[in-house]
Amino acid sequence: MSKVKMSKKATSIDMTAMCDVAFLLLTFFILTATAKQPEPLPVDTPASTVQTKLPETDLAIITVGQKGKVFLGIKGTDVRKRTLELLSEKTKIGFTKEEILKFSLVDDFGVPLNELRGLLTLKAADRNQEGLQKGIPHDSIDNQLKEWVLAARSANAELHEKQLNFAIKGDAKEEYPEIKKVMDILQDQGVNKFNLVTGLRSKDF
Amino acid sequence: MAELNTGGDDGGKGKKVRSKKQNSKVDLTAMVDLAFLLITFFMLTTSLSKPQSMDLGMPEKDSKIPPILIADARTLTILVGENNTLKTYMGQFASPIEAPTSTTYGKDGIRKKILEKVVSVPVTMGDPKKGLIVIIKASKKSNYKNLVDVLDEMAICKVPTYAIVDIEKAEDALLKN
Repeated sequence: MSKVKMSKKATSIDMTAMCDVAFLLLTFFILTATAKQPEPLPVDTPASTVQTKLPETDLAIITVGQKGKVFLGIKGTDVRKRTLELLSEKTKIGFTKEEILKFSLVDDFGVPLNELRGLLTLKAADRNQEGLQKGIPHDSIDNQLKEWVLAARSANAELHEKQLNFAIKGDAKEEYPEIKKVMDILQDQGVNKFNLVTGLRSKDF
Repeated sequence: MAELNTGGDDGGKGKKVRSKKQNSKVDLTAMVDLAFLLITFFMLTTSLSKPQSMDLGMPEKDSKIPPILIADARTLTILVGENNTLKTYMGQFASPIEAPTSTTYGKDGIRKKILEKVVSVPVTMGDPKKGLIVIIKASKKSNYKNLVDVLDEMAICKVPTYAIVDIEKAEDALLKN
């Protein structure tokens, strides 16, 4: 009787190739990941079950929080630049080229126009101090938000030949009239469709 | 798995000092583990960090467009009040088909009601195209979360038509008591 020999398998596998692939992918994901920018007005968005992603370009986000403070963020440095140029012409404040260039790097801001210059002279890290930015005025006496929205829309249409989308990012505890005010400003200009930024939750609540 | 054997014992002392042969294989298991862990982390954070959003179309404000007349039996009005209160009624406020009743948020309250109406309205109208119309009226004291919650219910229950409308004084008064 001859014994059936069990072929001995090597216990170690060559992992070099696997390691290579893993690190290649890791490098890819690290490089494509975008670091989260600190927000000047942190808000706690309400949750919803809807899973539509926000568009990446042609978007302006209006943040509403802390008792009616309104902040504006426009995507795309070129659009931001053109927006301030248009506004600078219109209001005759006359921002310099350097200021406009600096502004194009600001993701999110919330100051009245006359304080914008002061904000731009600050370092990027100092701009997000609490209480420094008071929000863009948007009442009937001084409706600067309307001007910003108008300028941003024409800037986007000029540069990208597309309609600018608007997203409203409101704090869950914010009172409805504050949101309504912003919606009204948009609707007055014929923007009847906008996105509400929300978190994610399951249907079971 | 680990292969860091350092050769056998040489035995005698007075012999030649052999240079120890280093094993060329290094165990990569832990390294691969770590790499995949990080890959998973970056993959998930890149796709999950994009904010979710909810599309909202508002009715045209232009008063030149003539109002569309719709049957009372199709409209369900949701009144959103302060402190997470909700009231619903069918038809017109002055002569409701179903008198205003209080409900709560979530699957046991408002959702049951809407789902029931989504099914029953086309039946009573006798036309599958004439579905439910929900009118959302948020009071001044309600918060943004309440509005999003109600809009979310619209999406969950697949309400064909809904609109956000300004609240009237009588309705506001009703919410208060």
